Amino acid sequence: MTEHVDIAVIGAGPAGANAALAASRHGLSVTLLDEQSKPGGQVWRARSAAILDAPSTPESAAGGALRQRLQNSAVARLGDTRVWQIERTEDGWVLHLLRQGRVEQRRARALVIATGAREFVQPVPGWTTPGVLGLAGATALFKQDLTLPGQRTVVSGTGPLVFFVAAEIRRLGGEVAGVITPNGRGDWLRALPAMLSRPDLLLRGARWVADLMLAGVPIHWRHAVSTVAGDGRVAAVGFRPLDADWSPVGAERGIAADSLCLGNGLIPAVEAAELAGVALEHRPELGGWLPRRGADGETEVPGLFLCGDGAGIRGAAAAEIDGRLTGLRAAQHLGAETASERAALRPRYARAARFGMAMTALSMPRKGLAELTTPDTIVCRCESLTGGVIAAEIAAGAGSTNAVKSGLRAGMGACGGKFCQTAVARMIAAAEDRAEAEVPPPTARPPLRPVPVSALAGEFDYSDLPIPKPAPL
Amino acid sequence: MIRLVRDQSAQIKRASEVRFTFDGAQVPAHSGESLLAALIRSGHLHLRDAPEDGAARGGFCCMGLCQECVVRIEGQVVESCRAMVTSGLAVTSLKART
Repeated sequence: MTEHVDIAVIGAGPAGANAALAASRHGLSVTLLDEQSKPGGQVWRARSAAILDAPSTPESAAGGALRQRLQNSAVARLGDTRVWQIERTEDGWVLHLLRQGRVEQRRARALVIATGAREFVQPVPGWTTPGVLGLAGATALFKQDLTLPGQRTVVSGTGPLVFFVAAEIRRLGGEVAGVITPNGRGDWLRALPAMLSRPDLLLRGARWVADLMLAGVPIHWRHAVSTVAGDGRVAAVGFRPLDADWSPVGAERGIAADSLCLGNGLIPAVEAAELAGVALEHRPELGGWLPRRGADGETEVPGLFLCGDGAGIRGAAAAEIDGRLTGLRAAQHLGAETASERAALRPRYARAARFGMAMTALSMPRKGLAELTTPDTIVCRCESLTGGVIAAEIAAGAGSTNAVKSGLRAGMGACGGKFCQTAVARMIAAAEDRAEAEVPPPTARPPLRPVPVSALAGEFDYSDLPIPKPAPL
Repeated sequence: MIRLVRDQSAQIKRASEVRFTFDGAQVPAHSGESLLAALIRSGHLHLRDAPEDGAARGGFCCMGLCQECVVRIEGQVVESCRAMVTSGLAVTSLKART
């Protein structure tokens, strides 16, 4: 059974949800799909049913308000739904979904993709040890289950996220053993002018840092985690000072801890847009490789629109407005008149994007950070491939991420390359002295998410299989 | 000591406690929370062995992408960060030896 709607929106974070709401207000039928059970995305992830009551946070309040607005709207929500393939047809789009263990299809006249971001973690020796969580990953644990990564946690990474995670650990009653950030104090001072556009967020961040200082938590500016020690679980975290290009220099020191939150900025999740037919371009100021788009989320592909962090890392505040603009642009494509509404929104979007891009600039890893990945470090977690093995493949002539993937299976494992491809691309660029802009990620292929064979095969009985009669002897 | 970020852990009210098993061991949890959160809280970090080198692995991305936290429930391999705790659930690890 295939249902037809005017607009399908993939991703129910601030961008996708606001796109759905804006288009729905113009009388269009909109379906909002998301792999989480409740809308909010990663940034406004909803609490689990196990949390009966807890103090409100800016994230929980914003997410709660968004979920209420969706509840009161005509937007049809499909939670716990994963889109694993996207096809363009003559009159629109076919989405292949995985829901409740089964595959199904939905059709839409126009498609909005708002798949957000995932995080980049520079591989270091021991980063696969249980007890090491992504920095953004840890926030999912805080927001959904109000659960700590361990008893005593080292928090390490770039941009504002490292201080948010440290503050959340303290708010939830945990101990921060130390904060390690590649950014220097000077990086933050330089971001100050752009941050003044959101004094509320600036003040919140300043409180996190001041609280850590008052509590005597060591903050190691211009340092990075260089090793994780522990047999089967984290026991200690090693870290080294960095130079201006973030190359590790100087001796390693260690901190005892049972857990580590580690992240080096966000990467736009571009695979869905790529499958839908959009070309990628390299925009380091927005997080790296992005699907190419024009004003208000439009693309070169008719009936396809993009918004949010998946179209460039600008943060939640910008994503909300970007979503509205894009939803309105998609509505215009289907006949609604939305030009004046969009014109009124654009200055607000520009202001929010300015703040977000200042945070992206702080969060983007600099070149030297790649030197933390030693020849023995596992780079591809799924296939346990080390930096040395991948470097040898590159030296033997694998000059693209596609070549490394087909030669070694780096990117063909269970995660689909989501946690190795950026590091591999940077290894190729460094080894061949090429610009990162010359080494794109591997071609996106379905499935976008793992699909169990049982879902594709459906329920069948062996006796139903047609078996031809044996040929007469 | 002055705290600018207050410890709010005492104000969190969770659903009543239930139990599930992980490789036969009883794990206390709260109905409706993510399986990964309950496992981490009770110190079960090592959830599987990497198929190629047998090294210990556990939850990493916490959002259903990395596939590091997969466990087995009723014969199905599922992401523990996207699975929900229910009372009496029998969860087994994907370790080579348990």
